[in-house]
Amino acid sequence: MKISVQRGLFGAAFVAALAGSSALAQAATTLHMMWYSDGNEGTVVAAQIKDFEAKNPGIKVVLDQVPYKSIQTALPVQLAAGQGPDIARVTDLGGLAKYMLDLRPLLPDAAQWDANYGPFLNWMRLPGDKTSIHGYMTQLTITGPFVNKTLFEQAKVAMPGAKATWPQWAAAIKKVAAAEKVPYPIAADRSGHRVFGMILSQGAKVFDAKGNPAVVDAGFKAGAKMIYDWHQQGLMSKALWGAVSGATYQGANTQFANGQVVMYESGSWQISQFAKTVGTAFDWVAVPTPCGPANCSGMPGGAAVVAFKSTKHPKSVAKLLDYLASPAVISAYYGKTLSVPGNLGVAKAGVKYVGASPAAAAALKVFGDEVATLAPVAYELQGYSKNKIIFDAVISRLCEAIVGQSTLDQAYARITSDIAHQIAAANGK
Amino acid sequence: MTTAPASNLLARLGRFIAELPGAPMALVERVIGTSRMAYVFILPNILFFGLFVFLPIGIDIYYSFTGGTALFPSQRPGVGGLQYHYLADCKNFYDPSSCREDYFWRGMWTSLKFTLIQVSVMVLVSLATALVLNMKIRARGFFRAVYFFPVLLSPVVVALVWKWILQPQGLLNAAIVGMGGQPILFLADAGWAMFWAIFVSVWAHTGFYTLILLAGLQAIPRDIYEAADMDGTRPLRQLVRLTLPLLWPNLLVVLVLVTIRGVQTFDEVFALTGGGPGTATMMIVQYIYTTAFASQVPDYGLAAAASVVLGLLLLVLTLTQLWLTRRRGAT
Repeated sequence: MKISVQRGLFGAAFVAALAGSSALAQAATTLHMMWYSDGNEGTVVAAQIKDFEAKNPGIKVVLDQVPYKSIQTALPVQLAAGQGPDIARVTDLGGLAKYMLDLRPLLPDAAQWDANYGPFLNWMRLPGDKTSIHGYMTQLTITGPFVNKTLFEQAKVAMPGAKATWPQWAAAIKKVAAAEKVPYPIAADRSGHRVFGMILSQGAKVFDAKGNPAVVDAGFKAGAKMIYDWHQQGLMSKALWGAVSGATYQGANTQFANGQVVMYESGSWQISQFAKTVGTAFDWVAVPTPCGPANCSGMPGGAAVVAFKSTKHPKSVAKLLDYLASPAVISAYYGKTLSVPGNLGVAKAGVKYVGASPAAAAALKVFGDEVATLAPVAYELQGYSKNKIIFDAVISRLCEAIVGQSTLDQAYARITSDIAHQIAAANGK
Repeated sequence: MTTAPASNLLARLGRFIAELPGAPMALVERVIGTSRMAYVFILPNILFFGLFVFLPIGIDIYYSFTGGTALFPSQRPGVGGLQYHYLADCKNFYDPSSCREDYFWRGMWTSLKFTLIQVSVMVLVSLATALVLNMKIRARGFFRAVYFFPVLLSPVVVALVWKWILQPQGLLNAAIVGMGGQPILFLADAGWAMFWAIFVSVWAHTGFYTLILLAGLQAIPRDIYEAADMDGTRPLRQLVRLTLPLLWPNLLVVLVLVTIRGVQTFDEVFALTGGGPGTATMMIVQYIYTTAFASQVPDYGLAAAASVVLGLLLLVLTLTQLWLTRRRGAT
């Protein structure tokens, strides 16, 4: 009997200890943040999160660093299943808007967000929504070309000037590639933003008068044919776009860093990476987007840190995002990651870029100046919540034409029908 | 000397564990009767298959009759046979570009082409390898291990290794350039990409099928060959008249396994070519995956309908194997 009493007391103490530890565990809120990096963004934000945790002992943040591909493919499925993280860094701002949490009622100073992130908040909203605040921009991106200046110098070919056209650049690059035996004269990321960064200058209007997608027009055809012809002429290698199918993303940053590319159509987010990977191996510069008959516009875009409705800790999420998006913290972030600021106040005050090499600083200035040359249609396309449907259809079908599986006319017809089917499906029809 | 009590103890412990289910099983037997005990023994397997095979099949069939983009069944509206109608909406089935779901038909035809060529090559290479490894050659054990080794590798590892070899600045192109040739875009040309997809698949899996055929060859009694030798039968005739007929059951197994695996191919080819260039190596399983999980607007219903069609195809193949095996057994 004595033994039973002892056992009973021991058991009760054990249960009490368990309950106590459980209560302690519950006191600390754990937030999961899914993050991808192009360069050092993960390292920078991890340090800022530590500062936040030190100031908010009740909140712990787990930073899940994943490849960009996971953000594109795995995250949407997780969110659809209600199993997503609390917060994530994403680029498909309109496509994921339906899963995003409105932070406005949870923020102590929503006016600060409106003032600093105002124009970009709309990119994260569903059509008709004019008020929600879903997150903040970790960078504003502008598509544009990087050029291997050393190859031009070695080939003794003059680099085209600021207002040069795409054909003028193509002619110069052809000479450089022939002289230096470069395998990828012109390379571009296999991405809708990059394709439209080249096509918009040809006069593509993308939308009709009512604002509905009407992608295939004369300007679009001119741009698509330019890219198609470059592939057939060997100016763009089929090894990059042809090596995968569908809308799969494929970059050429490794090839550029290895000195195998004369001109690489990519964007501002590559600056910190090239500052590190290219180093002093060769001279590289960012140049303004070449011109076409309509304009000299690239495509704006960006990455944002957004909160999701499925979170069980909306207040803590808002607290964290309010901290990370505050002017001092975000300014330090832009400065350390060499990002084009997506915060108007910070952009106006100027970012102090930390350790930026002369090449990186010059590239940041070129992309910063590009903001003024962006065509209105570029902003309209970026702000269209279903823009990725357009991007995916264009990439997939244009690529099939490039590798000879269809003609350009067949590709145009498929682009139109794919976009119509997908938008109807997205609208539940 | 001190190990005897320890081993005794271990033996008693082992016996105790072995006899542990005895009492409850005896009780169950008394309740349901000896004749029904078989059901008790197969129950765990039935539960396992029910949960992880039959239930997903049922859910898949259900999804194929629903539409919309919602993930959960309760939020998905029924659309009848609309998804199957979309898949079959073709002007000419031999020309995928005339179909509403052209990617589905491209995937089907690519899978068919891949399977037909891969099966023929795989069976011939496995048979030739097994015949050679069955001969009394030097270092036979070493060669058997060498041919089996790729089977141990993960399909993604296999694909990545070959991708490094085949890329524009890869090993193979370095060798070609070294010999004065021009680099070839092996993975960006439709013909080459299909060739290497088949080659890599055969390289990676031939060891497994060689093993099955080798086991069959070793089961053939030696005295049959001795008798044939005494009769003066030439080796080629021995192969055609003795070896192949006696090896037929194993060949049939290999044929069916390779065919089913060929239709199901995804991981290796996806990691090697990504389905490209264009859609030149996009198999039907990649179409299903892309439609459901990698598309901007996920179409789970259409993907489920396509997987039901694929399932039916595999069912036909399996029934054909059963029929052939039984027919062979009967004769």
